[in-house]
Amino acid sequence: MKISQKISPFIRNLNIKSILQLKKHFKGDDIFKLVSALFASSIFLLLGLMVYELVKGSWLSIQTFGLNFIVGTKWDPAVSKVFGTLPLILGTLVTSAIALLIGVPISLGVGLALSEYMPKKFGLAVSFLVELLAAVPSVIYGLWGIFVLIPFLRNHVYSCLQAVFGFIPLFSGPIYGGGVLTGGIVLAIMIIPTVSAVMRDLFLAVPNSQREAMIALGATKWETAKTVISYARSGVIGAAILGLGRAVGETMAITMVIGNKFQVWPSSLFDAWYTMAAIIANELLEATYDLYISALINVGLVLLFVTLIINVLARLIVWRTLRLTRGIARE
Amino acid sequence: MADSQIDKGYCEGIETDHHKFRVVKNHLVQFLVYLALFSALVPLFSILYEVVVRGFSTISIEFFIKPTPTVGEVGGGVANAIQGTLITIGLASFIGVPIGLMSGIFLSEYGESKLSVAVRFFYDVLSGIPSIVIGVFAYALITRSIGFSVIAAAFALAVMMIPIVARTTEEALKLVPMSIREAAIALGIPRWKTTVTVVLSGAKKAIVTGLLLSIARIAGESAPVLVSMGFWRWWFAGLDRPVANLALNVFIFAMSPFENWIALAWGSALVLILLVLGISVAARVLTRGRY
Repeated sequence: MKISQKISPFIRNLNIKSILQLKKHFKGDDIFKLVSALFASSIFLLLGLMVYELVKGSWLSIQTFGLNFIVGTKWDPAVSKVFGTLPLILGTLVTSAIALLIGVPISLGVGLALSEYMPKKFGLAVSFLVELLAAVPSVIYGLWGIFVLIPFLRNHVYSCLQAVFGFIPLFSGPIYGGGVLTGGIVLAIMIIPTVSAVMRDLFLAVPNSQREAMIALGATKWETAKTVISYARSGVIGAAILGLGRAVGETMAITMVIGNKFQVWPSSLFDAWYTMAAIIANELLEATYDLYISALINVGLVLLFVTLIINVLARLIVWRTLRLTRGIARE
Repeated sequence: MADSQIDKGYCEGIETDHHKFRVVKNHLVQFLVYLALFSALVPLFSILYEVVVRGFSTISIEFFIKPTPTVGEVGGGVANAIQGTLITIGLASFIGVPIGLMSGIFLSEYGESKLSVAVRFFYDVLSGIPSIVIGVFAYALITRSIGFSVIAAAFALAVMMIPIVARTTEEALKLVPMSIREAAIALGIPRWKTTVTVVLSGAKKAIVTGLLLSIARIAGESAPVLVSMGFWRWWFAGLDRPVANLALNVFIFAMSPFENWIALAWGSALVLILLVLGISVAARVLTRGRY
């Protein structure tokens, strides 16, 4: 609605001349709106340019390898100049899956603690601590991972795990400290702040009438909380997918702790592996010829599409749940 | 049936096995919930403790006035990295802040339209794109034509900054009461002037907070800096050359086999974490009672 229409009741009684003056007066409005709309629309240009540049940059690799780039298992820049990323994709997915397995239950607990269990004021203070955890730069998680977490896990956790579960192939083999499981744990620590903050918001959006009804039926706190969770169910799944998106794209910390070993499948959870983001960080600076550079940009393109799909899916689910719950709460 | 259960369990005070089971389960879950919260916070305290203790032993006056030491050299500091980080952040803000601010104004002041819904959605999409991919974007767009340079890194960081600034500006402006806008318009002030003078200055604090938060975020980013600019040991040498960067220093130093560099990594990490967490806490204090 134009502003001149909005205040029309006030100017209805004015003569034509002064109305024309008013219009002139408001000319700046249209210009300002146009300018701000143009700035806002630059996002489309930016995203378009990003996709265009990545496709252009990886065109050589796409032409050379085609689908083999995705299903190939050999990454040999030195001799045969063949690039295949299946091991990287697997490494990314498995470490992210481990991160979700560890991170989502903890995030669920944190979300519940902050929204249901803690007194409101205390909950706000603890929420702030969780937000601080999200503000810590990725590279510091990596530094802490190398010098604090890895020695701790190697000396106190992994050796115990191997002593108890060593007969399962998953837990056998040499322990280096860094590796698949360490990568998954660091990723889990990094996604917990994001996922738990979304879950807390989802739980807080559940109308109080639901809790009151459960309490009135004589339900325990946990039974009440269970209703709250099931009320925000699809949003909880969305939050987990959001965490997946973060884990898949995480670079520095995982590069520092996963061991960076290109292989199709690791021999155990303690073995080193590689991810898509890590190989870009490690090799893009040292890539010496066009096909090599193109292959690395192509990895970036694959990563872009994987995270785009994951994020759009997650946003849609979280948005829908928040809107639905808030809509019902208002009625 | 339900009635008889209630009678047994609660009204007459008879403790059935089922009731006991529910109570035990309730306590167990409560324990697990607090355990989850505890285990989520342990890394935070461990990181803070280790960074402060190990970083503090590295920090001296030399640390702040000397550039990166060569391999084998004793001492040295991160002065060039602090200079480089400030230059990179400044350039990134120069590109990113105007776009973010204007987008935020558009999203907040011009109501819901198809365009604003699309813009907001794509800002969310952009903020979900991994930083390394944005780094590769800057590499393909800028680094490949003019070489590893501070401009490429600043561009990548600006792209990361824009959605944060836009989002926080939008939220800040929406907190300004509608009655203030109406009052200004009733005085005959054009809408755009109302926005620029009245609404923006009313939301000044919250907008500055958003800017600070976005700066804190990009100050700690190292992945896009690594692929678009690379590591640089010297001082600023022109916009088409790289500069040193604190966050990247942490990565390069930590992965190096030299003890002196590893010590510097902890010192750099301490400076970074003080910067980032300081800004977060300051932002919290500035907007206290608003969110």
